[in-house]
Amino acid sequence: MSETKTKLFDSSSLRAYVMLAILAVIWLLFHWLTGSTFLTARNLSNLMTQMSVTGILAVGMLMLIVSGNIDLSVGSVLGLAGGVAAWALMTGYSLPVAMVLAIGIGIGVGLFQGTLAAYLNIPAFIVTLGGLLAWRGAVKWLLGGNTIPISDETFKGLGQSYIGTSLGWVLAAVAVAFVIFMAIRRAQSAKAYGLGEANYTGELLKTILPVIAIIAFIWVMNSYEDRGVPIPVLVLLVVALIGGFLTTSTTFGRYLYAIGGNPDAARLSGINNKRNVLAVYAILGAVTGLAALIYAGRVGSATPDAGVLKELDAIAACVIGGASLVGGRGTIFGACLGALIMASLDNGMSLYGVRDFLQDIVKGSILVAAVGLDMAGRRNT
Amino acid sequence: MPLLEMRDIVKEFPGVKALDGVSFTLDAGEFHSLVGENGAGKSTLMKVLSAVYPHGTYEGDILIDGTVRHFRGIRDSEAAGVAIIFQELSLVKELTVGENIFLGQEPQKFGVIDWAELYHRASSLLRDLELDLDPRVHAGSLGIGQQQLVEIAKALSKDARILVLDEPTAALTESEVETLFGILEKLQAKGVGMIYISHKLDEVFRLSDTITVLRDGRTVGTHKAADLTKDKVIAAMVGREVGDIYPKPDHERGDVAMRVSGVTVYDLDDSNKKLVDDVSFEVRRGEILGIAGLMGAGRSETLTAIFGGWLGRSHGLIEVDGLPKRFHSPKDAIAAGLGFVTEDRKRFGLLLDQTIVDNMTLASLDKVSGSFLTDRTRETKAVSGQITGLGIKTPSAFTVAGTLSGGNQQKVVLGKWLLTEPKVLFLDEPTRGIDVGAKQEIYAEINRFAKQGLAIVLVSSELPELLGLSDRVVVLHEGQVTAEFERENASPEKVMAAATGQIGQ
Repeated sequence: MSETKTKLFDSSSLRAYVMLAILAVIWLLFHWLTGSTFLTARNLSNLMTQMSVTGILAVGMLMLIVSGNIDLSVGSVLGLAGGVAAWALMTGYSLPVAMVLAIGIGIGVGLFQGTLAAYLNIPAFIVTLGGLLAWRGAVKWLLGGNTIPISDETFKGLGQSYIGTSLGWVLAAVAVAFVIFMAIRRAQSAKAYGLGEANYTGELLKTILPVIAIIAFIWVMNSYEDRGVPIPVLVLLVVALIGGFLTTSTTFGRYLYAIGGNPDAARLSGINNKRNVLAVYAILGAVTGLAALIYAGRVGSATPDAGVLKELDAIAACVIGGASLVGGRGTIFGACLGALIMASLDNGMSLYGVRDFLQDIVKGSILVAAVGLDMAGRRNT
Repeated sequence: MPLLEMRDIVKEFPGVKALDGVSFTLDAGEFHSLVGENGAGKSTLMKVLSAVYPHGTYEGDILIDGTVRHFRGIRDSEAAGVAIIFQELSLVKELTVGENIFLGQEPQKFGVIDWAELYHRASSLLRDLELDLDPRVHAGSLGIGQQQLVEIAKALSKDARILVLDEPTAALTESEVETLFGILEKLQAKGVGMIYISHKLDEVFRLSDTITVLRDGRTVGTHKAADLTKDKVIAAMVGREVGDIYPKPDHERGDVAMRVSGVTVYDLDDSNKKLVDDVSFEVRRGEILGIAGLMGAGRSETLTAIFGGWLGRSHGLIEVDGLPKRFHSPKDAIAAGLGFVTEDRKRFGLLLDQTIVDNMTLASLDKVSGSFLTDRTRETKAVSGQITGLGIKTPSAFTVAGTLSGGNQQKVVLGKWLLTEPKVLFLDEPTRGIDVGAKQEIYAEINRFAKQGLAIVLVSSELPELLGLSDRVVVLHEGQVTAEFERENASPEKVMAAATGQIGQ
């Protein structure tokens, strides 16, 4: 049993380190294969932008999966929300209205599907499989099969612009201070109430990796022609922080793990399972609307097939990141790392010139292998 | 030579000896009943016989026709002529009666199921049982009684020579019971040996040639039914003296903390069938009220319905501290000061993958943490208090609950409800599946709660435990209250008689 191991190596953080190691191997491999073009500031900046839509969706999806549910319709909803925003701009509404519409549609769809799944007891898989078809149909109807180009520069900026170098360093400083502050607080509370003594060394050791990551990240992003962090990546970071906060530091998040881990125990402990599940559907909807804006901004248009298969990318990111589709297990950090691994594979294989059908085969195999290894590892412990 | 002989069967589970040297014989054409309290080892013995627990997982010998048999699995025991009809029906509702009867042994021609042969043979089996049933209808469309008879047809299709029936009449109407008994007598006349498990002593005495009583995994005795009386059987079932492992009650009864009246609970699948019928009781502060009853008497259903957690139909009046209450969900019940340590902690109580802290604070997060933001520090403090108070053996408050021993897991569930600061605490089978030492610790805790003024409603299938702890006992039989005893009047014999429906109030 793991009782005697120190907290530095408890199973969930061990898992995170293993994933980071795998990511490092993938990066180095591609760097070598592509003749040193993978690990350049320019490519890493692109890579981050590429992962942002999937990452944002994965944050919402992770919370839903933790609660023991699933949403197969996010790709179609992403298409619909983006389509509505572009259509609203074209019809003469202002950008804020278009953005509110996109996010509002996401929330509306989430509430609708959540009601069907949680209150009418229709299996989530079926409800959202229906949604996958129906909302895609709705986009095609709305756009009449055409592409609506986006001319508004601010809208396009959502997907294409950068925050600049100095703001990046300010963010880095705030983030580093926050990480260290949290570590000290954890150590103090362990001393005050835990059954062991304060482990300042252990807690501070644990901050080394995040601090290096933060500084390196900002430095790399700034190195790409002094552009700084791309807006989509900033949005992803904000969404992920909020998601991480909700899942780890609120009663709502705790209830999600309880509902997914043992719905009967949760219900008999006085938790309103249905209402909490409905809330996660709404959150995923809101996040999908946001992702739709970034996606449309980046592509510069709304197309009838925007977001096709995005739901599967998001689910795969969660699963690669250690989430269990049965519910009760998974972290936001893992889901984001999963999204980054997926995006790295896409990006690296494209750079190396792997044909697209082969890329799909590789990604599919890696998804199954990741879960297979995870299951094998769990059995051994 | 007996048809079946089981010699000195010992079956151990981690920490518990479920069977401790049980021997059992059955002759061809004999009707042999197996009786005992819940947990006496009847079902375990039958699982050994049918190789649900295969050879090698138990000690002792099984002989059929005088030869020792080593069954590796259910197929082996079936091939040797053993057929079991379990309490829970095992028919596939979506398949037809004929398909069910021949499931796994379909008559085939050239590797393809021979449907004509299958339905022909199914019809003749049903005719033998004098069942007027079309083998082509879906099993799910039949009533429970008819499904039970189809199960028997299924057993006969395997040429069963030993037929085990585990509480077969629990779900049957009177006329279905008569049909079943008629069939059993006919099979008996053909030389089939019957092993009959039932809590209903009337049935046992009506049908049996021989009765074996089990208690605590041992054979108390095997006798001709003609030599026994119901009273003797009940005495043998409860047997034990109430030992010293129960703390002396030193709590005082105060005002009525909770009063329920007319609690009626309906079946989840059949909203007209009553599982609990018009149950009323009250419990005072500082009092331990025991609810006795056999499996299926409606004890857990009563508590779940009062707690607002029953998913089907239910009604009844609830008063807490003299004020009428309505609980639409467990949340309401918790807010009114009720706590519910549910039975089967792994299924209804614990998040096995999560830490002690996450488990213990689940029902009281708003009290011990925050209404929106959680505060790990406050939680850890509250949980550490419970870990010390309840004597939970764990390396840390952040140990995953699933890695703890059964007794410590149960204490985590207790701690969860203590953190809600309840006035009334329901305990449903609080010591099931934990070792004697841990049981004793939990008894001491229950007594301590009562001393602190908590009103406790205790459900337990272990009669000595129930009588050892309770100030007062209410007995349920088939969803109705049949008796109520004060501690000093509650003898095991009287309670068992009320629980088996032998006496009313």
